[in-house]
Amino acid sequence: MGRLFQNAGHLIRPALVLLAGFGVFLVIRAVVVPKDFGEYGHYRAGALDMISARPISYAGHSQCVLCHDQEAKVHGGGKHANVACEACHGPLAKHTDDPTANVPKLPDVANLCRRCHEKDAAKPKGFPQVDTVAHSQGMLCNNCHQPHNPQL
Amino acid sequence: MDLSRRDLFKIGGKLLVLASAGATLEEIIGAAPPSQAYRMADHWWGMIIDIDKCIGCGNCVRACSQENHVPAGYFRTWVERYQVEEGKQPQVDSPNGAMDGFPPSKREDLKSFFVPKLCNQCASSPCVQVCPVGATFVSPDGVVLVDETYCLGCRYCIQACPYGCRYLHPEKHTVDKCTLCYHRITKGLTTACCESCPTGARQLVDFKNPKDPVHEFLRNNKVEVLKPYMATQAKVYYKDLDGAVR
Repeated sequence: MGRLFQNAGHLIRPALVLLAGFGVFLVIRAVVVPKDFGEYGHYRAGALDMISARPISYAGHSQCVLCHDQEAKVHGGGKHANVACEACHGPLAKHTDDPTANVPKLPDVANLCRRCHEKDAAKPKGFPQVDTVAHSQGMLCNNCHQPHNPQL
Repeated sequence: MDLSRRDLFKIGGKLLVLASAGATLEEIIGAAPPSQAYRMADHWWGMIIDIDKCIGCGNCVRACSQENHVPAGYFRTWVERYQVEEGKQPQVDSPNGAMDGFPPSKREDLKSFFVPKLCNQCASSPCVQVCPVGATFVSPDGVVLVDETYCLGCRYCIQACPYGCRYLHPEKHTVDKCTLCYHRITKGLTTACCESCPTGARQLVDFKNPKDPVHEFLRNNKVEVLKPYMATQAKVYYKDLDGAVR
């Protein structure tokens, strides 16, 4: 029995080194791993707040109609009623934040209407389409059509 | 101290009135009403896409790019045009992700249609499974997100995604993807792509909301997710999806 522990130092010393190493690992882990890691799952819970705090660019249709009630009235009764303002006018959250400082530009009509209404075999059959070159020879659509409430 | 039974009841009654008044006061003064606050447990987000309504205008692609500052040449959402000839491989094009719409189809005698693509917000996502550091995850409300402060940029998830929905941001050098406009939907807004879709081909849906039109949509239509055989439990449902779509 005594002989068994004769050279025990060979075991105890590496065991101490291992233990110390484990201790260092625990200390580093406690410092490095964020407190909120694992709150909901294997990720940092704070990331959710970080992502949801990003600023928005599109204000949303309901914001536009708060001021532009005339346009909303015309637009709401026509074929474009379900097309949101910013679908054509672009992102305008800056404009709703400060209407005077950030005045939106008018849309580029030459490309705007064509992107939706240019004739293409891949478009749904019932969707109103037109071969723009043959139809208007390059004349802008809003010369004849009222974009907020288009009549055919 | 001598306390009769009557006194005890009197004191007890007074205390009860005070406590209930205090509680009511706290309710009135307390934080914003619960309907205002966003609770993750009350939502389970997804999207429904009606292929027969998509006109390939690319509004969603432009809106996404502007809302989320997506670098040029990279896409969180894009639109593909399928042209299918009987017995042949389908031809698919998506010029600049359909950022500027599509040039007219060359042939009119083919079965052709547009398919908007985005992250499928899988409930059992391969990208989440492979992330070695816990930088990408499914949020408690069902959105697959990337923690860009944690992402190493190892690109493992980009390879794992069966739908090709992820890219390495050229400046941040971390992975970027569709967040289902998490910064908008948590504020009660819809996504930028849905906001700008002129035909209502894409609709943000909340599966946990019993009044959401998604339940009727799923009951009344034949729907399919992309690559169902990957068992990713995708939450982007396509109506009238053709078998040619990959």
